[in-house]
Amino acid sequence: MVGVGKTQEEIEKELAKQYIPLSYAEYEEALSNGKLMGLKCLSCNKITCHPMPVCQWCSGRDMERVELSGEGELLTFTVIRVAPESFEAPYIPCLVKTKEGPNVIGRLELEPEQASQALIGKRVKMSGTYTYKGDKFSGGAHVCPVFKIVEP
Amino acid sequence: MRDVAIIGIGHTKFGRAAKSSLELFSEAALQAMDDAGVTGKEIEALFQGAALPGFEEAQVMPAAFSAAELNLGPIPATRYEGACASASVAIRDAVMWVASGDFDMVLAGGVEKALSMGTAFATRTFAMSCHSPTEGPVGLTFPGVFAMAARRYAVEYGIPLDELREKMAYVSMKNHKHGALNPLAQFYKKMGELKVEDVLNARMVADPLTLLDCCPFSDGAAALVLCAAEDARRYSDAPVYVLGTGQASGSALSKMEDITKPVSRVQSARMAFKHARLEPKDINLLEIHDCFTIAELIALECMGFFGWGEAANATANGETDIGGKIPTNMSGGLIGKGHPIGATGASQVYWIVKQMRGEAAKGNQVDPVPEYGMTDTLGGDFGTLCHLILGRDRR
Ligand SMILES: [Zn+2]
Repeated sequence: MVGVGKTQEEIEKELAKQYIPLSYAEYEEALSNGKLMGLKCLSCNKITCHPMPVCQWCSGRDMERVELSGEGELLTFTVIRVAPESFEAPYIPCLVKTKEGPNVIGRLELEPEQASQALIGKRVKMSGTYTYKGDKFSGGAHVCPVFKIVEP
Repeated sequence: MRDVAIIGIGHTKFGRAAKSSLELFSEAALQAMDDAGVTGKEIEALFQGAALPGFEEAQVMPAAFSAAELNLGPIPATRYEGACASASVAIRDAVMWVASGDFDMVLAGGVEKALSMGTAFATRTFAMSCHSPTEGPVGLTFPGVFAMAARRYAVEYGIPLDELREKMAYVSMKNHKHGALNPLAQFYKKMGELKVEDVLNARMVADPLTLLDCCPFSDGAAALVLCAAEDARRYSDAPVYVLGTGQASGSALSKMEDITKPVSRVQSARMAFKHARLEPKDINLLEIHDCFTIAELIALECMGFFGWGEAANATANGETDIGGKIPTNMSGGLIGKGHPIGATGASQVYWIVKQMRGEAAKGNQVDPVPEYGMTDTLGGDFGTLCHLILGRDRR
Protein backbone atom coordinates (compact mmCIF):
# COMPACT_ATOMS: atom_id res chain seq x y z
CA MET A 1 0.00 0.00 0.00
CA VAL A 2 2.78 2.44 -0.83
CA GLY A 3 1.54 6.00 -1.27
CA VAL A 4 -1.61 5.58 0.82
CA GLY A 5 -1.89 7.73 3.97
CA LYS A 6 -0.90 11.30 4.81
CA THR A 7 2.39 12.47 6.25
CA GLN A 8 2.40 13.68 9.86
CA GLU A 9 3.47 17.11 8.54
CA GLU A 10 0.42 17.29 6.24
CA ILE A 11 -1.92 16.36 9.11
CA GLU A 12 -0.28 18.89 11.44
CA LYS A 13 -0.69 21.59 8.79
CA GLU A 14 -4.43 20.83 8.57
CA LEU A 15 -4.69 21.02 12.36
CA ALA A 16 -3.17 24.49 12.33
CA LYS A 17 -6.20 26.03 10.61
CA GLN A 18 -8.12 28.34 12.99
CA TYR A 19 -11.88 28.11 13.32
CA ILE A 20 -12.47 30.18 16.48
CA PRO A 21 -11.68 33.86 15.82
CA LEU A 22 -12.23 34.86 19.48
CA SER A 23 -12.41 32.12 22.05
CA TYR A 24 -14.77 32.30 24.99
CA ALA A 25 -11.81 32.19 27.38
CA GLU A 26 -10.31 35.24 25.64
CA TYR A 27 -13.71 36.98 25.77
CA GLU A 28 -13.95 36.33 29.51
CA GLU A 29 -10.38 37.49 30.09
CA ALA A 30 -11.11 40.74 28.25
CA LEU A 31 -14.28 41.18 30.36
CA SER A 32 -12.16 40.83 33.49
CA ASN A 33 -10.04 43.69 32.16
CA GLY A 34 -13.16 45.81 31.72
CA LYS A 35 -13.44 45.29 27.97
CA LEU A 36 -16.50 43.97 26.13
CA MET A 37 -15.04 42.31 23.03
CA GLY A 38 -16.89 41.27 19.91
CA LEU A 39 -16.29 40.36 16.29
CA LYS A 40 -16.92 42.62 13.28
CA CYS A 41 -18.06 40.75 10.19
CA LEU A 42 -16.18 41.70 7.01
CA SER A 43 -19.12 40.51 4.89
CA CYS A 44 -22.09 42.33 6.51
CA ASN A 45 -20.23 44.76 8.81
CA LYS A 46 -22.41 43.74 11.79
CA ILE A 47 -21.08 42.91 15.22
CA THR A 48 -21.23 39.50 16.90
CA CYS A 49 -21.09 39.39 20.71
CA HIS A 50 -20.73 37.05 22.63
CA PRO A 51 -18.24 35.57 20.17
CA MET A 52 -19.26 32.74 17.86
CA PRO A 53 -17.27 30.87 15.22
CA VAL A 54 -19.46 32.47 12.52
CA CYS A 55 -21.20 35.85 12.22
CA GLN A 56 -24.46 35.71 14.23
CA TRP A 57 -26.22 37.70 11.48
CA CYS A 58 -24.99 36.29 8.15
CA SER A 59 -22.91 33.19 9.08
CA GLY A 60 -19.83 34.86 7.55
CA ARG A 61 -16.46 33.43 8.49
CA ASP A 62 -14.27 36.54 8.05
CA MET A 63 -14.47 38.51 11.26
CA GLU A 64 -12.06 40.78 13.12
CA ARG A 65 -11.92 41.50 16.82
CA VAL A 66 -13.38 44.81 18.02
CA GLU A 67 -13.99 46.38 21.41
CA LEU A 68 -17.59 47.40 22.09
CA SER A 69 -18.47 50.59 23.98
CA GLY A 70 -20.30 48.69 26.72
CA GLU A 71 -23.20 51.13 26.27
CA GLY A 72 -26.72 50.08 25.46
CA GLU A 73 -30.38 49.94 26.41
CA LEU A 74 -31.98 47.80 29.12
CA LEU A 75 -34.35 45.35 27.38
CA THR A 76 -35.51 43.42 30.43
CA PHE A 77 -34.41 42.03 33.81
CA THR A 78 -35.62 40.06 36.80
CA VAL A 79 -34.79 39.86 40.48
CA ILE A 80 -33.89 36.27 41.36
CA ARG A 81 -35.31 35.48 44.82
CA VAL A 82 -34.84 31.69 44.73
CA ALA A 83 -31.27 30.94 43.71
CA PRO A 84 -29.73 27.74 42.37
CA GLU A 85 -27.24 25.92 44.56
CA SER A 86 -23.90 27.82 44.53
CA PHE A 87 -25.60 31.21 43.98
CA GLU A 88 -26.95 33.61 46.58
CA ALA A 89 -30.19 35.55 46.07
CA PRO A 90 -31.15 38.29 45.48
CA TYR A 91 -29.43 39.32 42.26
CA ILE A 92 -30.56 40.84 38.97
CA PRO A 93 -29.93 39.21 35.59
CA CYS A 94 -30.52 41.57 32.69
CA LEU A 95 -30.64 41.64 28.91
CA VAL A 96 -29.02 44.64 27.22
CA LYS A 97 -29.21 45.78 23.60
CA THR A 98 -25.75 47.17 22.92
CA LYS A 99 -25.23 50.37 20.95
CA GLU A 100 -23.34 48.28 18.38
CA GLY A 101 -26.27 45.91 17.79
CA PRO A 102 -26.07 42.54 19.51
CA ASN A 103 -27.84 41.78 22.79
CA VAL A 104 -25.74 40.79 25.79
CA ILE A 105 -26.80 39.07 28.98
CA GLY A 106 -25.31 40.15 32.27
CA ARG A 107 -26.17 41.42 35.71
CA LEU A 108 -27.60 44.77 36.69
CA GLU A 109 -25.87 46.75 39.47
CA LEU A 110 -28.87 47.97 41.44
CA GLU A 111 -30.56 47.54 44.80
CA PRO A 112 -33.31 44.93 44.31
CA GLU A 113 -35.81 47.30 45.96
CA GLN A 114 -35.16 49.83 43.18
CA ALA A 115 -35.75 47.36 40.37
CA SER A 116 -38.97 48.59 38.74
CA GLN A 117 -40.56 48.07 35.35
CA ALA A 118 -39.91 51.77 34.57
CA LEU A 119 -36.19 50.98 34.17
CA ILE A 120 -36.82 49.10 30.92
CA GLY A 121 -35.64 51.16 27.97
CA LYS A 122 -33.15 53.18 30.07
CA ARG A 123 -29.56 53.65 28.93
CA VAL A 124 -27.02 51.42 30.65
CA LYS A 125 -23.25 51.08 30.59
CA MET A 126 -20.98 48.23 31.53
CA SER A 127 -19.63 49.06 34.98
CA GLY A 128 -17.63 45.93 35.77
CA THR A 129 -17.94 42.19 35.93
CA TYR A 130 -19.32 39.51 38.18
CA THR A 131 -17.18 36.44 38.75
CA TYR A 132 -19.09 33.27 39.50
CA LYS A 133 -16.83 31.18 41.71
CA GLY A 134 -18.10 28.03 40.00
CA ASP A 135 -19.09 24.61 41.28
CA LYS A 136 -18.12 21.07 40.39
CA PHE A 137 -20.27 21.22 37.23
CA SER A 138 -19.16 24.58 35.80
CA GLY A 139 -15.62 23.86 34.63
CA GLY A 140 -14.13 26.46 36.94
CA ALA A 141 -14.92 30.11 37.60
CA HIS A 142 -16.62 32.25 34.94
CA VAL A 143 -17.22 35.92 34.31
CA CYS A 144 -20.18 37.95 33.06
CA PRO A 145 -20.58 41.68 32.43
CA VAL A 146 -22.29 43.95 34.95
CA PHE A 147 -24.26 46.99 33.78
CA LYS A 148 -25.52 50.07 35.59
CA ILE A 149 -28.23 52.55 34.70
CA VAL A 150 -26.71 55.80 33.39
CA GLU A 151 -29.93 57.58 32.47
CA PRO A 152 -31.79 58.67 35.62
CA MET B 1 -43.87 6.74 5.10
CA ARG B 2 -46.62 4.93 7.01
CA ASP B 3 -49.18 6.44 9.36
CA VAL B 4 -48.57 5.77 13.05
CA ALA B 5 -51.04 5.13 15.88
CA ILE B 6 -50.98 5.19 19.67
CA ILE B 7 -52.57 1.98 20.96
CA GLY B 8 -51.56 1.97 24.61
CA ILE B 9 -50.92 4.61 27.28
CA GLY B 10 -49.59 4.63 30.84
CA HIS B 11 -49.02 7.34 33.47
CA THR B 12 -47.83 7.18 37.08
CA LYS B 13 -49.13 9.45 39.80
CA PHE B 14 -47.11 12.69 39.64
CA GLY B 15 -45.64 14.17 42.81
CA ARG B 16 -43.08 12.76 45.21
CA ALA B 17 -42.21 9.15 44.47
CA ALA B 18 -40.56 6.60 46.73
CA LYS B 19 -39.99 4.39 43.69
CA SER B 20 -36.83 4.65 41.60
CA SER B 21 -36.84 6.09 38.07
CA LEU B 22 -36.49 2.59 36.65
CA GLU B 23 -39.55 1.49 38.63
CA LEU B 24 -41.54 4.58 37.70
CA PHE B 25 -40.85 4.06 34.01
CA SER B 26 -41.60 0.33 34.28
CA GLU B 27 -44.95 1.12 35.91
CA ALA B 28 -45.96 3.51 33.11
CA ALA B 29 -44.64 1.13 30.42
CA LEU B 30 -46.48 -1.92 31.80
CA GLN B 31 -49.71 0.10 32.02
CA ALA B 32 -49.26 1.10 28.39
CA MET B 33 -48.49 -2.47 27.29
CA ASP B 34 -51.50 -3.82 29.23
CA ASP B 35 -53.65 -1.07 27.72
CA ALA B 36 -52.55 -2.13 24.21
CA GLY B 37 -52.74 -5.81 25.06
CA VAL B 38 -49.18 -6.48 23.94
CA THR B 39 -46.31 -8.32 25.59
CA GLY B 40 -42.65 -7.38 25.81
CA LYS B 41 -41.86 -9.79 22.99
CA GLU B 42 -43.69 -7.54 20.53
CA ILE B 43 -41.79 -4.35 21.46
CA GLU B 44 -38.97 -3.79 18.98
CA ALA B 45 -37.37 -0.61 20.35
CA LEU B 46 -37.53 1.80 23.29
CA PHE B 47 -37.37 5.61 23.00
CA GLN B 48 -37.06 7.19 26.44
CA GLY B 49 -36.96 10.84 27.49
CA ALA B 50 -34.93 11.55 30.63
CA ALA B 51 -33.34 14.93 31.25
CA LEU B 52 -31.26 14.70 34.42
CA PRO B 53 -30.96 11.07 35.58
CA GLY B 54 -27.22 11.44 36.23
CA PHE B 55 -27.93 14.11 38.85
CA GLU B 56 -31.02 12.44 40.32
CA GLU B 57 -29.89 8.87 40.84
CA ALA B 58 -26.35 8.79 39.40
CA GLN B 59 -27.80 6.90 36.45
CA VAL B 60 -26.66 7.60 32.92
CA MET B 61 -27.96 5.38 30.07
CA PRO B 62 -31.33 4.72 31.76
CA ALA B 63 -33.01 3.54 28.54
CA ALA B 64 -30.95 0.37 28.27
CA PHE B 65 -31.66 -0.54 31.88
CA SER B 66 -35.36 0.27 31.47
CA ALA B 67 -35.54 -2.19 28.58
CA ALA B 68 -33.70 -4.72 30.75
CA GLU B 69 -36.00 -4.21 33.76
CA LEU B 70 -38.95 -5.00 31.49
CA ASN B 71 -37.21 -8.03 29.96
CA LEU B 72 -37.67 -6.56 26.51
CA GLY B 73 -34.56 -8.40 25.35
CA PRO B 74 -31.53 -6.84 23.66
CA ILE B 75 -33.60 -4.35 21.64
CA PRO B 76 -32.29 -0.88 20.74
CA ALA B 77 -33.08 1.43 23.67
CA THR B 78 -32.12 5.09 23.48
CA ARG B 79 -32.32 7.99 25.90
CA TYR B 80 -33.48 11.29 24.42
CA GLU B 81 -32.46 14.54 26.09
CA GLY B 82 -34.10 17.82 25.13
CA ALA B 83 -34.45 19.14 28.69
CA CYS B 84 -38.17 19.47 29.49
CA ALA B 85 -39.07 18.36 25.92
CA SER B 86 -37.15 15.07 26.25
CA ALA B 87 -40.20 12.77 26.02
CA SER B 88 -41.71 14.67 23.10
CA VAL B 89 -38.58 14.37 20.98
CA ALA B 90 -38.37 10.68 21.98
CA ILE B 91 -41.98 10.16 20.85
CA ARG B 92 -41.37 12.10 17.65
CA ASP B 93 -38.41 9.90 16.76
CA ALA B 94 -40.38 6.77 17.69
CA VAL B 95 -43.06 7.93 15.24
CA MET B 96 -40.41 8.44 12.54
CA TRP B 97 -38.97 4.95 13.00
CA VAL B 98 -42.38 3.27 12.82
CA ALA B 99 -43.39 5.47 9.88
CA SER B 100 -40.22 4.45 8.05
CA GLY B 101 -41.15 0.78 8.36
CA ASP B 102 -38.03 -0.17 10.33
CA PHE B 103 -40.11 -1.07 13.39
CA ASP B 104 -43.75 -2.16 13.64
CA MET B 105 -44.23 -1.66 17.38
CA VAL B 106 -42.28 0.46 19.84
CA LEU B 107 -42.43 1.85 23.36
CA ALA B 108 -41.87 5.58 23.91
CA GLY B 109 -42.17 7.86 26.90
CA GLY B 110 -40.17 9.48 29.64
CA VAL B 111 -39.31 9.65 33.30
CA GLU B 112 -37.89 12.10 35.84
CA LYS B 113 -37.23 12.24 39.57
CA ALA B 114 -36.71 15.94 40.05
CA LEU B 115 -38.66 16.60 43.26
CA SER B 116 -36.34 14.27 45.15
CA MET B 117 -33.37 16.57 44.33
CA GLY B 118 -34.64 19.43 46.51
CA THR B 119 -35.23 22.99 45.30
CA ALA B 120 -31.66 24.39 45.33
CA PHE B 121 -30.06 21.46 43.50
CA ALA B 122 -33.01 20.98 41.14
CA THR B 123 -32.89 24.70 40.27
CA ARG B 124 -29.14 24.39 39.59
CA THR B 125 -29.51 21.36 37.31
CA PHE B 126 -32.57 22.70 35.48
CA ALA B 127 -30.61 25.90 34.78
CA MET B 128 -28.02 23.77 32.98
CA SER B 129 -30.27 23.80 29.93
CA CYS B 130 -29.78 27.56 29.70
CA HIS B 131 -26.79 28.65 27.54
CA SER B 132 -24.00 27.76 29.92
CA PRO B 133 -21.26 30.21 28.75
CA THR B 134 -23.38 33.38 28.93
CA GLU B 135 -26.33 32.55 31.18
CA GLY B 136 -24.40 30.27 33.55
CA PRO B 137 -22.24 32.82 35.41
CA VAL B 138 -25.16 35.28 35.55
CA GLY B 139 -27.07 32.73 37.63
CA LEU B 140 -30.09 32.79 35.36
CA THR B 141 -32.85 30.32 36.31
CA PHE B 142 -35.90 29.15 34.37
CA PRO B 143 -38.27 31.28 36.43
CA GLY B 144 -35.77 34.08 35.77
CA VAL B 145 -35.95 33.63 31.99
CA PHE B 146 -39.75 33.72 31.98
CA ALA B 147 -39.82 36.62 34.42
CA MET B 148 -37.68 38.53 31.90
CA ALA B 149 -40.06 37.46 29.13
CA ALA B 150 -43.08 38.65 31.18
CA ARG B 151 -41.56 42.10 31.66
CA ARG B 152 -40.75 42.30 27.96
CA TYR B 153 -44.30 41.13 27.08
CA ALA B 154 -45.73 43.97 29.16
CA VAL B 155 -43.51 46.49 27.34
CA GLU B 156 -44.18 45.09 23.84
CA TYR B 157 -47.96 45.26 24.21
CA GLY B 158 -48.20 48.34 26.40
CA ILE B 159 -49.79 46.49 29.31
CA PRO B 160 -49.02 47.82 32.81
CA LEU B 161 -47.07 45.07 34.60
CA ASP B 162 -49.60 44.82 37.46
CA GLU B 163 -52.40 44.30 34.96
CA LEU B 164 -50.41 41.61 33.12
CA ARG B 165 -49.69 39.84 36.41
CA GLU B 166 -53.44 39.69 37.14
CA LYS B 167 -54.12 38.18 33.71
CA MET B 168 -51.27 35.69 34.10
CA ALA B 169 -52.86 34.64 37.39
CA TYR B 170 -55.84 33.29 35.43
CA VAL B 171 -53.54 30.69 33.84
CA SER B 172 -52.57 29.45 37.29
CA MET B 173 -56.18 29.51 38.54
CA LYS B 174 -57.43 27.57 35.51
CA ASN B 175 -54.67 24.97 35.55
CA HIS B 176 -54.86 24.45 39.30
CA LYS B 177 -58.64 24.09 39.00
CA HIS B 178 -58.21 21.22 36.55
CA GLY B 179 -55.18 19.74 38.32
CA ALA B 180 -57.24 19.54 41.52
CA LEU B 181 -59.78 17.39 39.63
CA ASN B 182 -57.13 15.02 38.20
CA PRO B 183 -56.35 12.04 40.48
CA LEU B 184 -52.92 11.57 38.84
CA ALA B 185 -51.94 15.21 39.41
CA GLN B 186 -49.41 16.37 41.98
CA PHE B 187 -51.95 18.88 43.34
CA TYR B 188 -55.04 16.62 43.21
CA LYS B 189 -57.70 18.03 45.54
CA LYS B 190 -55.42 21.00 46.30
CA MET B 191 -55.64 24.68 45.31
CA GLY B 192 -58.67 24.11 43.10
CA GLU B 193 -60.20 27.46 43.99
CA LEU B 194 -57.35 29.95 43.82
CA LYS B 195 -58.08 33.65 43.55
CA VAL B 196 -56.05 36.28 41.68
CA GLU B 197 -54.75 37.63 45.00
CA ASP B 198 -53.49 34.19 46.04
CA VAL B 199 -51.27 34.06 42.96
CA LEU B 200 -50.11 37.68 43.24
CA ASN B 201 -49.34 37.45 46.95
CA ALA B 202 -47.51 34.12 46.93
CA ARG B 203 -43.77 34.09 47.60
CA MET B 204 -41.75 35.84 44.88
CA VAL B 205 -39.49 33.44 42.97
CA ALA B 206 -38.21 35.68 40.15
CA ASP B 207 -39.85 39.08 40.01
CA PRO B 208 -42.67 39.31 38.76
CA LEU B 209 -43.29 35.52 38.95
CA THR B 210 -44.50 34.12 42.27
CA LEU B 211 -44.49 30.49 43.36
CA LEU B 212 -48.04 30.13 41.96
CA ASP B 213 -46.91 31.38 38.55
CA CYS B 214 -44.52 28.40 38.46
CA CYS B 215 -44.95 24.67 37.92
CA PRO B 216 -43.55 22.43 40.67
CA PHE B 217 -40.63 20.02 40.66
CA SER B 218 -42.03 16.50 40.27
CA ASP B 219 -41.31 12.80 40.06
CA GLY B 220 -43.17 10.63 37.56
CA ALA B 221 -43.28 8.74 34.29
CA ALA B 222 -45.53 8.27 31.28
CA ALA B 223 -45.31 5.86 28.36
CA LEU B 224 -47.00 4.99 25.07
CA VAL B 225 -47.13 1.99 22.77
CA LEU B 226 -47.04 2.99 19.10
CA CYS B 227 -47.58 0.84 16.03
CA ALA B 228 -48.26 1.16 12.31
CA ALA B 229 -51.72 2.63 11.74
CA GLU B 230 -52.80 -0.27 9.54
CA ASP B 231 -52.33 -2.65 12.50
CA ALA B 232 -53.83 -0.40 15.18
CA ARG B 233 -57.39 -1.79 15.17
CA ARG B 234 -56.05 -5.24 16.00
CA TYR B 235 -54.99 -3.89 19.38
CA SER B 236 -57.30 -1.00 20.20
CA ASP B 237 -60.94 -0.04 19.62
CA ALA B 238 -59.95 3.61 19.91
CA PRO B 239 -56.48 4.15 18.47
CA VAL B 240 -55.27 7.73 18.27
CA TYR B 241 -53.28 8.70 15.21
CA VAL B 242 -50.20 10.90 15.07
CA LEU B 243 -51.12 13.27 12.25
CA GLY B 244 -48.22 15.68 12.41
CA THR B 245 -45.02 16.41 14.28
CA GLY B 246 -42.70 19.38 14.49
CA GLN B 247 -39.41 20.10 16.17
CA ALA B 248 -37.13 23.14 16.23
CA SER B 249 -34.10 24.50 18.07
CA GLY B 250 -33.35 27.84 19.65
CA SER B 251 -30.23 29.75 20.69
CA ALA B 252 -28.72 31.56 23.63
CA LEU B 253 -31.26 34.03 25.02
CA SER B 254 -29.10 36.96 23.90
CA LYS B 255 -29.18 35.85 20.26
CA MET B 256 -33.00 35.71 20.12
CA GLU B 257 -34.64 38.46 18.15
CA ASP B 258 -37.57 38.71 20.56
CA ILE B 259 -37.97 36.58 23.68
CA THR B 260 -41.76 37.03 23.58
CA LYS B 261 -41.95 35.52 20.07
CA PRO B 262 -39.52 32.60 20.16
CA VAL B 263 -38.81 31.55 16.57
CA SER B 264 -38.18 27.93 17.62
CA ARG B 265 -41.74 27.64 18.93
CA VAL B 266 -43.28 29.26 15.86
CA GLN B 267 -41.28 27.06 13.47
CA SER B 268 -41.96 23.81 15.30
CA ALA B 269 -45.72 24.47 15.48
CA ARG B 270 -45.83 25.42 11.79
CA MET B 271 -43.97 22.24 10.87
CA ALA B 272 -46.53 20.15 12.77
CA PHE B 273 -49.52 21.95 11.20
CA LYS B 274 -48.03 21.59 7.71
CA HIS B 275 -47.30 17.90 8.27
CA ALA B 276 -50.87 17.31 9.54
CA ARG B 277 -52.42 19.56 6.86
CA LEU B 278 -54.39 21.27 9.62
CA GLU B 279 -54.67 24.79 11.05
CA PRO B 280 -55.18 26.11 14.58
CA LYS B 281 -58.94 26.48 13.93
CA ASP B 282 -59.17 22.69 13.41
CA ILE B 283 -57.76 21.82 16.85
CA ASN B 284 -60.24 21.11 19.68
CA LEU B 285 -57.89 20.63 22.63
CA LEU B 286 -54.38 21.61 23.72
CA GLU B 287 -51.90 20.31 26.25
CA ILE B 288 -49.18 22.98 26.26
CA HIS B 289 -46.03 23.73 28.19
CA ASP B 290 -47.19 26.03 30.98
CA CYS B 291 -43.93 25.80 32.95
CA PHE B 292 -44.86 29.36 33.99
CA THR B 293 -48.08 31.31 33.54
CA ILE B 294 -46.49 33.66 30.99
CA ALA B 295 -45.19 30.61 29.08
CA GLU B 296 -48.75 29.44 28.36
CA LEU B 297 -49.62 32.85 26.89
CA ILE B 298 -46.49 32.90 24.71
CA ALA B 299 -47.16 29.34 23.54
CA LEU B 300 -50.78 30.09 22.55
CA GLU B 301 -49.59 33.03 20.45
CA CYS B 302 -46.61 31.27 18.84
CA MET B 303 -48.82 28.33 17.84
CA GLY B 304 -51.31 30.69 16.19
CA PHE B 305 -54.30 30.25 18.50
CA PHE B 306 -54.34 33.95 19.35
CA GLY B 307 -52.76 37.04 17.81
CA TRP B 308 -49.59 38.53 19.32
CA GLY B 309 -50.40 40.07 22.67
CA GLU B 310 -53.96 38.71 22.72
CA ALA B 311 -53.58 35.54 24.80
CA ALA B 312 -53.54 37.36 28.14
CA ASN B 313 -56.99 38.88 27.67
CA ALA B 314 -58.34 35.70 26.06
CA THR B 315 -57.25 33.64 29.07
CA ALA B 316 -58.73 36.09 31.57
CA ASN B 317 -62.00 35.90 29.54
CA GLY B 318 -62.12 32.10 29.84
CA GLU B 319 -61.42 31.35 26.18
CA THR B 320 -58.84 28.69 27.10
CA ASP B 321 -60.97 26.99 29.75
CA ILE B 322 -63.51 24.21 29.28
CA GLY B 323 -66.36 25.45 27.09
CA GLY B 324 -64.12 28.19 25.64
CA LYS B 325 -62.64 28.67 22.18
CA ILE B 326 -59.74 26.28 22.78
CA PRO B 327 -59.64 24.29 26.07
CA THR B 328 -56.01 24.28 27.18
CA ASN B 329 -54.38 22.03 29.77
CA MET B 330 -57.53 20.30 31.00
CA SER B 331 -55.21 17.82 32.76
CA GLY B 332 -54.00 20.68 34.97
CA GLY B 333 -50.98 21.31 32.77
CA LEU B 334 -47.52 21.45 34.26
CA ILE B 335 -48.71 23.92 36.90
CA GLY B 336 -51.53 21.78 38.31
CA LYS B 337 -50.52 18.27 37.30
CA GLY B 338 -46.79 18.52 37.95
CA HIS B 339 -43.73 18.54 35.69
CA PRO B 340 -41.39 15.53 35.86
CA ILE B 341 -39.47 17.08 33.00
CA GLY B 342 -38.38 13.97 31.09
CA ALA B 343 -41.93 12.57 31.25
CA THR B 344 -43.95 15.69 30.47
CA GLY B 345 -44.31 15.27 26.69
CA ALA B 346 -45.60 11.71 27.13
CA SER B 347 -47.99 12.88 29.86
CA GLN B 348 -49.38 15.52 27.48
CA VAL B 349 -50.03 12.85 24.84
CA TYR B 350 -51.55 10.54 27.48
CA TRP B 351 -54.12 13.19 28.42
CA ILE B 352 -55.03 14.00 24.80
CA VAL B 353 -55.62 10.26 24.20
CA LYS B 354 -57.68 10.01 27.42
CA GLN B 355 -59.79 12.96 26.26
CA MET B 356 -60.31 11.34 22.84
CA ARG B 357 -61.50 8.19 24.57
CA GLY B 358 -63.86 10.21 26.79
CA GLU B 359 -61.96 8.96 29.84
CA ALA B 360 -60.65 12.20 31.37
CA ALA B 361 -61.84 13.09 34.87
CA LYS B 362 -65.26 14.71 35.30
CA GLY B 363 -64.88 18.47 35.11
CA ASN B 364 -61.84 18.08 32.85
CA GLN B 365 -63.38 15.98 30.06
CA VAL B 366 -64.29 18.03 27.00
CA ASP B 367 -67.71 17.23 25.54
CA PRO B 368 -68.06 16.22 22.74
CA VAL B 369 -64.79 14.32 22.73
CA PRO B 370 -62.14 16.18 20.71
CA GLU B 371 -61.39 15.11 17.14
CA TYR B 372 -58.02 16.85 16.98
CA GLY B 373 -55.62 17.61 19.82
CA MET B 374 -52.15 19.12 19.96
CA THR B 375 -49.24 19.10 22.38
CA ASP B 376 -46.54 21.76 22.81
CA THR B 377 -43.39 20.97 24.76
CA LEU B 378 -40.54 23.35 25.51
CA GLY B 379 -37.01 22.43 26.57
CA GLY B 380 -34.72 24.96 28.21
CA ASP B 381 -35.15 28.66 27.43
CA PHE B 382 -36.66 27.95 23.98
CA GLY B 383 -33.73 25.65 23.09
CA THR B 384 -35.81 22.62 22.07
CA LEU B 385 -39.41 22.81 20.89
CA CYS B 386 -41.61 19.93 19.87
CA HIS B 387 -45.25 19.73 18.74
CA LEU B 388 -47.44 16.70 18.12
CA ILE B 389 -50.87 16.76 16.45
CA LEU B 390 -53.15 13.83 17.24
CA GLY B 391 -56.47 12.77 15.76
CA ARG B 392 -59.20 10.18 16.25
CA ASP B 393 -59.35 9.51 12.52
CA ARG B 394 -56.54 8.35 10.30
CA ARG B 395 -57.45 10.83 7.51
ZN1 LIG C 1 -22.06 38.96 8.88
